[in-house]
Amino acid sequence: MAEEDVKLLGVLGSPFVCRVQIALKLKGVEYQFVPQDLQNKSEELLKYNPIHKKVPVLVHNEKPINESLIIVEYIDEAWKGKSILPADPYQRALARFWAKFIDDKVFIAAWKSVFTVDKNEREKNVEEVHEAFQILEDELKGKFFGGEEFGFVDIAAVNIAFWVPLIQEVAGLQLLTNEKFPKLYKWSQEFMNQPTIKECLPPRDPIFGFFKSRYENLLASAN
Amino acid sequence: MGESEVKVIGKWSSPYVMRVKIALRIKSIEHEHFEETLNPKSDLLLKSNPVYAKVPVLIHHGKPISESLIIVEYIDETWSNDNSPSILPSDPYDRALARFWATYIDEKWFPSMKSIITVETEEEREPYYKVLEEVVERVEDAFGKCSKGKPFFGGDSVGFLDIAFGSFLGWLRVTESLYGRKVLVEAKAPSLVKWAERFADDPAVKGLIPDHDKLVEISKPLQIKWRALAAIGKKY
Repeated sequence: MAEEDVKLLGVLGSPFVCRVQIALKLKGVEYQFVPQDLQNKSEELLKYNPIHKKVPVLVHNEKPINESLIIVEYIDEAWKGKSILPADPYQRALARFWAKFIDDKVFIAAWKSVFTVDKNEREKNVEEVHEAFQILEDELKGKFFGGEEFGFVDIAAVNIAFWVPLIQEVAGLQLLTNEKFPKLYKWSQEFMNQPTIKECLPPRDPIFGFFKSRYENLLASAN
Repeated sequence: MGESEVKVIGKWSSPYVMRVKIALRIKSIEHEHFEETLNPKSDLLLKSNPVYAKVPVLIHHGKPISESLIIVEYIDETWSNDNSPSILPSDPYDRALARFWATYIDEKWFPSMKSIITVETEEEREPYYKVLEEVVERVEDAFGKCSKGKPFFGGDSVGFLDIAFGSFLGWLRVTESLYGRKVLVEAKAPSLVKWAERFADDPAVKGLIPDHDKLVEISKPLQIKWRALAAIGKKY
């Protein structure tokens, strides 16, 4: 049993931080959430993540771990309890592949489809998001990416379930809709309804408000 | 062991493919090699890696796995017994560190090396050299922490991070030949310089680093191709 001195440096509203919170909750790990001001980075953050200076950072017995998916794997290995990754090596490889796909192909494109000044750039990124979502739509065979129960890939995809609907509403876009991607849409509803997930998601309104004002500032600066 | 039970779709010049080859050798796994031309992409590649159509791909019992570091972890987990060394460390924290540094290297190293070869002038190359130098400084420091006084990042034997970083040594030498500027130097990275020699000489690696002259030779058409892509604003 791993010794318990666990801190999570994070911000409310980060999908990357949320991934880690879900993992910690699944394992029943008690931890101290240390909120960060990313505009004015703390000495602690700079000490624990000198390379990227980003959140989330998990600090376990004074030892820091960075990068959300690496942290989630660490949590899976350091604490017993419900497994996050599958046991079979081939299934594990697939889980890692799809989690990485979400990181590489969804995150940045989704962000840029909204928060880019240039309209053509935004449209190009919308197309990229649609392509990525179609691939995920085709890949989703069961209730969750993890099968009957949610797992590593579902946790990695939390930004698709919670954050994409927010930013698409802010910008009046159609990224994830029931019409375009019925399986993925259904998955998002099912996933967000899971008790563990519900408890880890941030409150919708303040996050929506934050994105809305950011979007409005961006449009204003473009004129 | 059935013949063709393990197949690798690869390219002789790819550092990412080299990672897979080293891992298979560490585990003493025989495999069938399929040399991919990439132009056009083979049916096998398109079928095995429909998402990215890139090498390497490992096919085991007909099931494909893509992305070099994911493949290396798969190899480590599938062939894990007392007869062959482990590739990843056993301690969860050390594993997280190894994965962190491997990801860092993938994000920073090859893209910068590619840019050094692609851009036209010394002035344009300068910022990319700065990135490489920063990576070397950080990885030199990481070596101290990960190796804990032993010869490799992985300890006594070649491990995950040795494979992740060492696979780029061949192409690093190419940039040194092309532009005469060394990045892995004694003054800045004494441990890494020694480690690089040990790595290249290790039985798990020997012969797998592509021939230098051949790499220099193909760097020219690659440079043309990458410059053409850059000129039309595409990712190269």
